[in-house]
Amino acid sequence: MTVYDALLAETVTITGADGDQIEAYAARPLNAGPLGGVVVIHHMPGYDIQTKEIVRRFAAEGYNAICPNLYSREAPGAAPEDAAATARANGGVPDERLLGDVEGAARWLRALPNANGKVGTIGYCSGGRQAFLTAAKLDIQAAVDCYGAFVTGTPPEGFPLQVSPIGHLSKDLRCPLLGLFGNEDQYPSPEAVDELEGLLKEAGKDYEFHRYDNAGHAFFAVNRPSYRPEAANDGWARILAFYGRTLAS
Amino acid sequence: MCTYLTEQIEIEGSGRGREGYFPLTRAMVYVDHPQHAPFEHTVNIDFLNPEQGPGARIPVELTEEAALALIEAIRNTLATAPPGLASANAKGHGASAAA
Repeated sequence: MTVYDALLAETVTITGADGDQIEAYAARPLNAGPLGGVVVIHHMPGYDIQTKEIVRRFAAEGYNAICPNLYSREAPGAAPEDAAATARANGGVPDERLLGDVEGAARWLRALPNANGKVGTIGYCSGGRQAFLTAAKLDIQAAVDCYGAFVTGTPPEGFPLQVSPIGHLSKDLRCPLLGLFGNEDQYPSPEAVDELEGLLKEAGKDYEFHRYDNAGHAFFAVNRPSYRPEAANDGWARILAFYGRTLAS
Repeated sequence: MCTYLTEQIEIEGSGRGREGYFPLTRAMVYVDHPQHAPFEHTVNIDFLNPEQGPGARIPVELTEEAALALIEAIRNTLATAPPGLASANAKGHGASAAA
């Protein structure tokens, strides 16, 4: 049997927080669906080629996927690493703006003719914390937190970003949460992950955590020394099973 | 880990970017994941001119040892040059001296 597997991947403009027109990278299967949608929240180093690869992977797996460029406003058209440096100098992305941008991306996904109306988020690094935030604040059906720091735990002294712990929002989660963590990570540390798990348990939320030995932060990052194929391969399988349960028609 | 910790200072000088030299007005120093150096964490220094946009940036990514050796080398070099020779206020040099 031949499976029709054509994809369309392209840069698009979407309406983000405050009605701002922002850049995003989208990839979608060219079939009639109905398909679930995934909003990819990029890591702090930015809207880079590796993140775009992740977007295309989700499309190849049968989801409409989109990654908003969270640094569209401060650094339009800049190279990802330059944009990330500018965002860092400005103190990072404010939570309210992030929520508006992800909400805009979810709206864009739901408006596609082959959409089934279900949308999940996934975020890496700083995006992991942001994915957790979207689970508490937005109308989404699934969220994946990949080693997001400062969901729980205390930021180091002198912390310059507009980021505060959000573990107390556990009770407000509106959708199932998948968490993937490396046991050698310091931010989030295994203790911070324990704390988050405790809060989710206490609130009776639908969550699933997997923790990997011999893996630290950013074990999904194929272009970095932190890449751990074993953890990354198992992590991808967990993500696809989770979205299969929560987003697929 | 993403330390996010960032030191920013005002600086005076010039650097060479993609399109030639430009004035440097700010430096940002942070310990975090590098973009290119083959280590999980490095000391990253960005020499910047924010007024000229995000692309006006000269980044370096150094190991801890390299960063400390660089500090030492800068101190040694300045110690062997006549005091104040490279100062922004040195006689006959720079905008501040002319003012």
